[in-house]
Amino acid sequence: MKVKVYIRLKEGVLDVQGQVVLRALRNLGFEEVEEVRIGKLIEMELSDGDRERVKEMCERMLANPVVEDYEIVIEDGKD
Amino acid sequence: MGKIKFAVVVFPGTNCDMDCHYVVKEVLGEDADYVWHTQEDLSPYHCIILPGGFSYGDYLRTGAIAKLSPVMESVRKEAEKGKLVIGICNGFQILVEAGLLPGALLKNTKLRFLCKFVYLRLDNNDTPFTHLYKKGEVLRMPIAHFEGRYFAPPEVLDTLERNGQVVLRYSSSEGELVEGVNPNGSLNFIAGIVNEKRNVFGLMPHPERCSEKILSSDDGYRIFKSMAEWARTHLKEL
Repeated sequence: MKVKVYIRLKEGVLDVQGQVVLRALRNLGFEEVEEVRIGKLIEMELSDGDRERVKEMCERMLANPVVEDYEIVIEDGKD
Repeated sequence: MGKIKFAVVVFPGTNCDMDCHYVVKEVLGEDADYVWHTQEDLSPYHCIILPGGFSYGDYLRTGAIAKLSPVMESVRKEAEKGKLVIGICNGFQILVEAGLLPGALLKNTKLRFLCKFVYLRLDNNDTPFTHLYKKGEVLRMPIAHFEGRYFAPPEVLDTLERNGQVVLRYSSSEGELVEGVNPNGSLNFIAGIVNEKRNVFGLMPHPERCSEKILSSDDGYRIFKSMAEWARTHLKEL
């Protein structure tokens, strides 16, 4: 099954990369951009498993629950 | 008791291990062994050093892969027994990832790798790592990191402050917490913290790079000396 995990900095945690990109976009003339947050996308191919297993992967390694939120998207297979 | 035994843990990508080993063995005159990250037993040591570097290339997040190494289980076990654990720079990042210290270390606010000497104010000298310093003493030590911005949720920060767990803060040369002295944007100017039991210490500056006068500062030396003296009086012969 194909799984995507989106990892984002929690709201309230300063995203300095996002701020730099926001400023750069505005300097390029894209003044309509009001906020930029930069995260990570992890794509995985699993032979088997379910959402609970992926959640465990996120909690134990893929995300740092102190500062990051994660979102699991299962593209095919059982959910 | 004879010599105090230090373990210097080496992960793939660690690069400050030799400096730490040198300071313990040659400057301090105690015993030091390199310990590979696959080692599962650290019981023959009084003190454990997690040195700086780029463990596992800092892939995913700094310290995220290193925290899962076999050696970390034994670090946790020895910490529970009351042994001394110090994490320097990348070692500090590994300790927070492993949950042995609270909080997280994020990218510096200016998104630059910082490599320079900074001033630090020592706010707690009542720990096994700092009892040879005076409270409020200003130290000069080098930093070298990209991810050193200390972050913790407000309630965790409150607890740290209330318990006196903040040991080192970035400051001016006079020890003031003013604009311009916080190099990476750390909350509350935090540069180093201890756990509640005070036997696990994490700090971003590199005391092993300033433990001899010839290096322009020996302000880091007393951290290692404090550890050895404390271990000699508080820990059992192994």
